Amino acid sequence: MLLTLTTTHRPATDLGYLLVKHPDRMHSFELPVGAAHVLYPEADEQRCTAALIIDVDPLRLAGGHGRGRGHRQAATPDTFTLGQYVNDRPYAASSLLASALAKVFRSALRGESRDRPELAAVPIPLEVRVPVLRCRGGGELAERVFAPLGWAVTATPIPLDEAHPRWGDSRYVDLTLTGTLRLADALNHLYVLLPVLDDAKHYWVAPDEIDKLLRAGAGWLADHPERATITRRYLAHRRALAGEAMARLAEQRLAEEPPADSVAEEDRAEVPRRPALALRRREAVLAALAESGATRVLDLGCGPGALLSALVGDRRFTEVVGTDVSAHALTLAARRLRLDRLPERQRDRIRLWQSALTYRDDRLRGYDAAVLMEVIEHVDPPRLPALEDAVFGHARPATVVVTTPNVEHNVRYEGLDAGRFRHADHRFEWTRAEFAAWVDRVAATYGYAAQLRGVGDDDPEVGPPTQLAVFRTTGGAPTAAGTEEKK
Amino acid sequence: MIEIPELALVALVGVSGSGKSTFARRHFAPSQVLSSDAFRGMVADDENDQSASADAFDALHHVAGIRLRRGLLTVVDATNLQPHARAGLVRVAREHDVLPVAIVLDVPEAVAWERTQGRADRTHGRQVLTRMQRDLRQSYGRLAREGFRKVHVLRGVDEIDAARIRYEKLFNDRRELTGPFDIVGDVHGCREELEALLLRLGYVLRRDDAGRPVDAVHPAGRTPVFVGDLVDRGPDSPGVLRLVMGMVAAGHAICVPGNHEQKLLRKLRGRDVRLTHGLAETMAQLDAEDPAFVAEVATFVDGLVSHFVLDGGRLVVAHAGLKEEYHGRASGRVRSFALYGETTGETDEYGLPVRYPWARDYRGSAMVVYGHTPTPEPEWVNNTICVDTGCVFGGKLTALRYPEKELVSVPAVKEWYAPVRPLVAPAPARPDAVLDLRDVTGRRHVEHAYGTLTVPAENAAAALEVMSRFAVDPRWLTWLPPTMAPCSTATADGFLEHPAQAFADYRAAGVDRVVCEEKHMGSRAVALVCRDPDGGPFGPGGGVVHTRTGRPFFGPPLDGELLGRVRAAVGAAGLWAELDTDWLLLDCELLPWSAKAGGLIREQYASVGAAGRAALPAVLATLDAAAGRGLPVGDLRARMAARRADVEAYSAAYRAYVAPTDGLAGVTLAPFAVLASAGASHVERDHGWHLDLADRLCAADPGFFTVTRRRVVDLADASAEADATDWWLALTAAGGEGMVVKPYAGLAARSPKGSLLQPGIKCRGREYLRIIYGPGYTEPEQLAALRRRSLGRKRGLALREHALGLAALAALADGAPLWRRHELVFAVLACESEPVDPRL
Repeated sequence: MLLTLTTTHRPATDLGYLLVKHPDRMHSFELPVGAAHVLYPEADEQRCTAALIIDVDPLRLAGGHGRGRGHRQAATPDTFTLGQYVNDRPYAASSLLASALAKVFRSALRGESRDRPELAAVPIPLEVRVPVLRCRGGGELAERVFAPLGWAVTATPIPLDEAHPRWGDSRYVDLTLTGTLRLADALNHLYVLLPVLDDAKHYWVAPDEIDKLLRAGAGWLADHPERATITRRYLAHRRALAGEAMARLAEQRLAEEPPADSVAEEDRAEVPRRPALALRRREAVLAALAESGATRVLDLGCGPGALLSALVGDRRFTEVVGTDVSAHALTLAARRLRLDRLPERQRDRIRLWQSALTYRDDRLRGYDAAVLMEVIEHVDPPRLPALEDAVFGHARPATVVVTTPNVEHNVRYEGLDAGRFRHADHRFEWTRAEFAAWVDRVAATYGYAAQLRGVGDDDPEVGPPTQLAVFRTTGGAPTAAGTEEKK
Repeated sequence: MIEIPELALVALVGVSGSGKSTFARRHFAPSQVLSSDAFRGMVADDENDQSASADAFDALHHVAGIRLRRGLLTVVDATNLQPHARAGLVRVAREHDVLPVAIVLDVPEAVAWERTQGRADRTHGRQVLTRMQRDLRQSYGRLAREGFRKVHVLRGVDEIDAARIRYEKLFNDRRELTGPFDIVGDVHGCREELEALLLRLGYVLRRDDAGRPVDAVHPAGRTPVFVGDLVDRGPDSPGVLRLVMGMVAAGHAICVPGNHEQKLLRKLRGRDVRLTHGLAETMAQLDAEDPAFVAEVATFVDGLVSHFVLDGGRLVVAHAGLKEEYHGRASGRVRSFALYGETTGETDEYGLPVRYPWARDYRGSAMVVYGHTPTPEPEWVNNTICVDTGCVFGGKLTALRYPEKELVSVPAVKEWYAPVRPLVAPAPARPDAVLDLRDVTGRRHVEHAYGTLTVPAENAAAALEVMSRFAVDPRWLTWLPPTMAPCSTATADGFLEHPAQAFADYRAAGVDRVVCEEKHMGSRAVALVCRDPDGGPFGPGGGVVHTRTGRPFFGPPLDGELLGRVRAAVGAAGLWAELDTDWLLLDCELLPWSAKAGGLIREQYASVGAAGRAALPAVLATLDAAAGRGLPVGDLRARMAARRADVEAYSAAYRAYVAPTDGLAGVTLAPFAVLASAGASHVERDHGWHLDLADRLCAADPGFFTVTRRRVVDLADASAEADATDWWLALTAAGGEGMVVKPYAGLAARSPKGSLLQPGIKCRGREYLRIIYGPGYTEPEQLAALRRRSLGRKRGLALREHALGLAALAALADGAPLWRRHELVFAVLACESEPVDPRL
């Protein structure tokens, strides 16, 4: 991993004073994951370059000593578990480089210089090169984060594999920044923005990172047009931390340049406002449940519990059961519902169970209503009959509410390529006719009567974005085929 | 002598000091005796704390219930003098369908008082004892009415001391009869067809003077078992009864009653029974018979036992079937279930009761054979089968030969009686195709032919997610490949894995011959291919090809095309006929790796290479410039130069597994094992057989199949070992992944001591391992660290998964019910969520 810093300020060798590293010596430092070296490939009166080389020790990076340490696999065994042993960290600039920068150039980063204090305080011509930077968002994002700070940016994409030209570019760029800036500012920019572009922190992000960010970003971050992205990524996408940091940044702006009354509006204007479809879907489902008169309800495939909280908040439901096949989703749902802090009487209304909709589950029998909200499209079509049997045949609630996307409406979504589904895990998305056919067949097989509705604005041409069906048992027992031989 | 059933709830009844505990100790094992004193101690730390009695009995009843559910004789040592106390025990016994038995110990009050005074922990007064004596007197008349099926009274110390216990079997326990049996479906007065069926089965009929058949004997000593409903609707119910009664009386046959016999008995006993469902015909036919015969019929039917447990518990026969909890139990509801089955309380469009499909939920190991519900063709559902094929309705009369599991039928002479509901063709999907969550979740002990495995609940939970979200239909998911352990860590310079250790590992396990198979670097593919492109025994579809975690391989339509190629090659190679099968299960590797893993290669492997190939030259250029200025960068430069070479070697390693494909063009399949075919698991065949069949597929379609190169090595032959090592070096030098060394004897090979061997040990090439351990793993300090890797966990996991896989193949060959097959495959997937070093 390499970063070079060049100046053509005369005498250029003054760079050595600013960095407190003599150009004619090699300087080495121990890091938690290896060693950092500062050396000068060129150093004369016109031009002087300092290079920071990080020699990463793969053994230390893997966090063990080559011993097979047990690592729990993700729920999907096909995910790449070798990533901790085969990765780009020894080569690409990252938060490791930023940490090294802070350690090795500590006083320069603060703008201090014992020998050349006046030079440290003024802009000098600088050129920074990072030959391999993982840049999530591409060279264009590099341009957007560095250019507002006074840098001329050249980000040259690196091909993924010269042996396979058809693969195109890799996620790495060869980054060159030129500009006339105070050295300390340049270093602070790199300290914050290299990890932001890399977007993969090598350490656990703790709340004190906010202070580090605000300190390094002093004087430039609060006004940066990409401050939201920078903050979010720097804080490793931890929403609570990013929110706090943004609030403190806004305070800084207010303190520094009153009165800036347009700030809040600007921020809000970034997101187009209209009633979110998810919210309208929840409302439609709640309305259908209310009509049914159900008091004991199942939210099948509840996920992290968006609908559950709405159900729990409605006193007419005396028992609310959320099921999901993902134990992790249930943990999130429990957290969202604050299950461990609810009073006992409230807690007793709620149950969270791991269950899979392709298996029969006796616990789900005897409820008034079940909701399958945006669930069926996550099931492979050949497995749908098993779901139908488990829900309509076995659990057999009096009312079943099903929602699923209307694929015809997809043409109304900008940025959704033709033929693509709305979610990567969708196994299918149905037209209105396809959904209606499924609803009819299921209702006939299992002794239900069904009614179709739409959710969201009903587009005259392509229909509403979401389709909804309400099934009600018709009272009579299902046909013999429904109990004994149905599949 | 006191006779009690082998499975019963025994209540000891007696006053304090009557010697109940002594009696219990003398006649029963300590674990069989639940004492109220002990339970009071358990819940209150004080055996005499009467305020804890309610809780103590709660706990006692709970434990008694669990013991009875598990089929264990249970003795309750408490005074049991109060009706409410005994009612609790009768309830527990009934809940578990066992007989409650009372043993009353009646000693003179003076004796009891003397004993009470002699015990320091008994402080109650004489008046308490007197009250107990009064309760005991009152109990005598009540016990039988309260539901105790047997009441034994022992009066006086001598009688109590002299008592001996003898266990009697339940009437339904005929486990000593091992057959072979011929289990005959509902006859319904079809005497002619019954005679024909018995002759067809090889029986010799004996006739009375009037020429009527009265007995049948099989020269090979087979025993017919009648599932009931001998009478009604048909032309000659008396004739059928005469024959069956004769056989049963002679000890040549056994018979359970059907609901029609039950109704006939009530009619014969003079009850008011409606003459419907063919009873009128029977009564008319009996009118022509001698009244003595009719009386015999009544006695015969009255003596029938509602179900039998046969052949060491492996076979259960009942008219309407029997769920597992009721096997070998005795109670009114067990009898009712056996005679009538369970109904949902609803009626269908013909006004007939809708029967609860108990067989679909059946998970027992005993085979259940029954009748009662006519179907056109008998069908196995979870190890149960209904052999009523509606003879009287013009169908046929069927017998199941046990243990052969063969069906033998004779057609009906005519439709003797019009059915209320038409005999419908069976639904296309098997009713046991639906799985229950209980089959797979929670902490599970999976017992199988190759051992027992405990699946922790959290592993099952993880597997449930993968299985239900990503895997193919469980009906098609017959087997999952076990993970494979690498050879012991190499000692040769520069190597982490080397053939020497693979050979040594097997030699140490007592193996004398191995086969070294080229390890293809692609993606594992399991192909289940049916001869019929649209059907087959697993449901509609014609086959499946899935990954090592059970996912569809490419998805439609490519998987279908792929199966088409395999199907054609199997046909061309003549394997359908040769193996007498309509389906095959093949273990293969699909090549090239990039066909399935292209995304992974680009995202992960190529990215690392791109970063390394761009960064290291820049670093070296910087260092060279610094060196030019006289800076001491020699060590660092050497290290970085080595790293650059490693990254180049790493890039070459992954590039070897990338080749252009377009649809199936460029894709090849390398089969190396034929795991199973109809009715057969091939795990006992040696690898020569497997590879020979694989070669024939390759010959049939060389453009699509890739040969697995191999060397057979006799482990006593050092030169063969050296040859194989050279072969491995050449193979891996040319970019090959390496090889898998397997015991030549086959998948299920065992060590001389009889334990299962690792089915294969992988020995991966030096260059290939760069993409596993990182580009520079060959650097001496890294290699030294990696050599400390520990293989135990991986090996254990590989063996457990292997054993499950063998059991799954055996279950597949045996036609085991879906839930059982799924349980085994699911357990393999659950094992995969064990934390192990992913580099092994």
